[in-house]
Amino acid sequence: MSGKMSSMGGNNRIFVGGCIAVVLAAIALMTGVRTDYVFNASYVVLQFIVLASAWNILGGYAGYVNFGTSAFFAMGGYTALFMIKMFNAPLLVQIIAAACCTGVLGLGIGLISLRLRGIFFSIATVAVAIVLETVILNTDYFGGAKGLQMMRPEPIAPFTSYDTMLFFVMVLMAISAVAISRYIEQSWIGRGLRAIKDNEEAAECVGVPTLKLKLIATVVSGALMGAAGAPLVMYMRFIEPVSAFSLNYSVSALAMPIIGGTSSWIGPVIGALLLGSVQQIVTVTISSELNVLIVGVLLVFFVVVAPDGILGLVRKLRTKNSAKGDAKGGAQ
Amino acid sequence: MFSWDLLIGALVFGLLLGCFYAAVSIGLSLSFGLLDVPHIAHPSFLVAGAYATWWLAGFGWDPILAGLFLAPVFFVLGVVMYRLYYAMFEKHGSDAGLRGLAFFFGVAFIIEVCLILVFGVDQRLVEAVYIGKSIDFTDDLRIPMRLLVAFAAALLLTIGLTLYLGKTYMGRAIKAVAQDQIALSLMGADPVKVKQWAFGIATAVTAIAGALLIIIGPVDPQLGRIYIGRTFCVVVLAGLGSMSGTLVAGLILGVAETIVLTFFGASWAPAVAFGLLLVMLGVRPQGLFGR
Amino acid sequence: MKQGNPKNITRRAFVGAAVAATAVASTATFAQGAPIKIGLSIAQTGGLGAGGKAALLGLQMWRDDVNAKGGILGRKVELIVYDDQSNPATTPGIYTKLLDVDKVDLLIAPYGTNPTAPIMPLVKQRGLLLMGNFSFEVNERIQHDMWFNNAPWNDSVTWFSGFMEMGMKRGAKTIAFLAADAEFSQSLATGAKNLAKHNGLKTVYDQKYPPNTNEFSSMIRSIKASKPDVVFIASYPSESVAIVRAVNEIGVGSTVKLIGGGMVGLQFGPIMESLGSQLNGFVNYTSYAPEKTVEFPGLKDFLSRYAVKAKVEKVDPLGFYLPPFNYAIGQMLEAAIVATKGLDQKALAKYMRDTEHKTIVGPIKYQRNGEWANARVMMVQFTGLKDKDMEQFRQPGKQVILSPAPYKSGELKFPYEKARN
Repeated sequence: MSGKMSSMGGNNRIFVGGCIAVVLAAIALMTGVRTDYVFNASYVVLQFIVLASAWNILGGYAGYVNFGTSAFFAMGGYTALFMIKMFNAPLLVQIIAAACCTGVLGLGIGLISLRLRGIFFSIATVAVAIVLETVILNTDYFGGAKGLQMMRPEPIAPFTSYDTMLFFVMVLMAISAVAISRYIEQSWIGRGLRAIKDNEEAAECVGVPTLKLKLIATVVSGALMGAAGAPLVMYMRFIEPVSAFSLNYSVSALAMPIIGGTSSWIGPVIGALLLGSVQQIVTVTISSELNVLIVGVLLVFFVVVAPDGILGLVRKLRTKNSAKGDAKGGAQ
Repeated sequence: MFSWDLLIGALVFGLLLGCFYAAVSIGLSLSFGLLDVPHIAHPSFLVAGAYATWWLAGFGWDPILAGLFLAPVFFVLGVVMYRLYYAMFEKHGSDAGLRGLAFFFGVAFIIEVCLILVFGVDQRLVEAVYIGKSIDFTDDLRIPMRLLVAFAAALLLTIGLTLYLGKTYMGRAIKAVAQDQIALSLMGADPVKVKQWAFGIATAVTAIAGALLIIIGPVDPQLGRIYIGRTFCVVVLAGLGSMSGTLVAGLILGVAETIVLTFFGASWAPAVAFGLLLVMLGVRPQGLFGR
Repeated sequence: MKQGNPKNITRRAFVGAAVAATAVASTATFAQGAPIKIGLSIAQTGGLGAGGKAALLGLQMWRDDVNAKGGILGRKVELIVYDDQSNPATTPGIYTKLLDVDKVDLLIAPYGTNPTAPIMPLVKQRGLLLMGNFSFEVNERIQHDMWFNNAPWNDSVTWFSGFMEMGMKRGAKTIAFLAADAEFSQSLATGAKNLAKHNGLKTVYDQKYPPNTNEFSSMIRSIKASKPDVVFIASYPSESVAIVRAVNEIGVGSTVKLIGGGMVGLQFGPIMESLGSQLNGFVNYTSYAPEKTVEFPGLKDFLSRYAVKAKVEKVDPLGFYLPPFNYAIGQMLEAAIVATKGLDQKALAKYMRDTEHKTIVGPIKYQRNGEWANARVMMVQFTGLKDKDMEQFRQPGKQVILSPAPYKSGELKFPYEKARN
């Protein structure tokens, strides 16, 4: 037991070291690179790391498939818009407000999960997304269908441009999201959620507080998605409902963990890095309908060939190798 | 601005529109409702059917005829699709849920792109004698013939499928496979064969519904995305696997949408349909006619 | 220096070519310099994809023409084009890539209002020239003074007034509005409603419907019940088709003198062909109709060359609506570069602002907000159309121009119920 504890501690140290390395790399990038495009493209990929990690907390660990990622994402964006219009709030306040709002929405979704499981839960989340989109469409305060354009304020020192600032904020958010997702996975919450995924009734019978766990998962997951959506207004300098509630966000948030592997926190990160970067690259290279095709083909390919995502593939290779090693050892 | 005249009109058009919703959903009611296949790609098949109809209409075919002709082609397609799905997921046991979903999402995207590559991104529509004309009951109440076509098709499909599932051996087997696979295999029927047959029928029905889709209005390759919500809404509202329930649920959706848009404003219509679904899911998750 | 077919040279192009020739002669070393890179994103998928593909073809034809004559100032023109999927979320990334990585010299905006909206603050902050591509009132909030939108309208007033006046001249007192709940259509409808109110037209029906609605029977029936004199519709392509059908089926009643106005899609060849006779009687905006009153030097030639290429590319075979305007964007840039002898954004913008541009879509002059000073939203009435015939749209007399006055080629047939037959 103590051995396991210490190895956990070691893992934690590696993880924290990794996070610091990422932040340092981001800072180096900001001082070294002068093209805003790099930051714009990285921003999108990082945003998907947050979305995918958030989705995985509920979808991967607990097995509740949320189809309504776009609802949380867009609500985050519109909360930020509200904060800008109402209080001229700085970015950090926008993000916190967005996370609070979508956390509450997550609570609502969690209550839905009391009654609904499986695909019914998924359909309910779609319904929530469509109802919310309709409400926004009909609210003139938020620009309605026309949307609203926004000029960016001056970046806060030490940042030289707003793009780098947004990028750095997203780096921090991605690290937080991954850390939270990792903490949940490895703590009692994760164990409980996995029990719910395997068999909810059985889990309840042996005393797992399923409701509490599910609510934690939906609130945390929702808040993270909303936080990811908050800087959208300033990133795009524009917000309008159709693109903010785009099905793309929902599909990507689901596809990325599946491609990477849903069982562990690193899966969504790998999936988001892979799919997100491929999408970014394809947009500015091949740039045609093939863009949509890539998501489709990758999804089908991974679901069929690597049922447990890239993580599963790696694990399989490892066990194969170690089995080979064992066999060799036996022969000697 | 309420008037009885408008209300009657809204009801009539709502019912007709509802029939159309039922027709485009009934295939899903079979594949998802009865067979538990998370067929997110159903609307994409619908749009594919519509495009195939458009293509045949280019040779002077009548759209309905084209739809009927396409049905057996789509039947084969459905069988192949199910075999793929079975070999990849169901064969290996239970946890197909999320992966199955992702798989069909992928398929939907692939179909969408193939349609773009083959037909381009333009909106397509068809012409026929019953499109753009109406039957005039009074000068105030004229009913578009294409809606009547949808009405008749929905009715025939519902009755046909209900009879098929209730009266024929294969139909009963399909219903049985939905309820108890093991019992069915004990009776000597192969559940996989039954399911692939059922999935084939579901897809064939989708081809006919696709012809209806392009009769009602223009289609573009990405239209399927909008119908994901609507078709699943109807099927869940109906209660999984109930054919007559699908018709009723379609009617409810159609009437609710039309009444709201007539008296409260069209821009609220989508929220009403899905609000209705949310309430339904909260109050009676098994649907109106759930098993 | 290679010259184009002399017959096709407009005066501006001729002067331009002459200036270019001297410029080339004076800076011979410059001649083989790096190409002039022009960057843009244009929808090739999604809702705007059909229009975007045709528009792009127009722009590519300009590039080929320019390069065939040896480029601008001796430099070849290179287009760098990405697909924004009709999605405004993709354009900020694409345009920073164009600027920072591809290092383009000039920018053209995406086709359509929505994808353009996020670019406006970007170009304003960076102080860049941006040529607009059929967007609508997108500079309203931002007020960027280096924005030049190439679309034959200015604001909703210039769009709607011609339509409204036609109705009022025929004694219209009431109006019904039907508009898609989306960017362009709502901007247009809001402006139109204000103008109608200002002119004493009473609004008897006002409906905004969600995008992608495909069944309009009950809305048309409600319009009919409200007995309006004028029906103004602002819609997107697939809904325009559904509305035209529903109006044919349900009817809008004998009171309606005028119906249409802002329906996108009824300018696209494939849609016009499929609707055929159902279009008869509708009055709608367009950017060009092949009437005898419309003679812009070079346009006929462009359209006939376009028709050949469109067949190969499988895009809109008529190409009246967007392609000539995209070609004209190229012409304006070309003239500006030649005149300012360089690519300085400020100098180019000043030239754009101060000059009357000669293009294949006629002379263009910009006003302060970067929109056309002399808006020319043509209101045409479809008449005498048959089903399943693409070629009929190339004939005069099928899309009769009612307004603006200089291009008028016929009188409004009304009421609608009579005009449709």
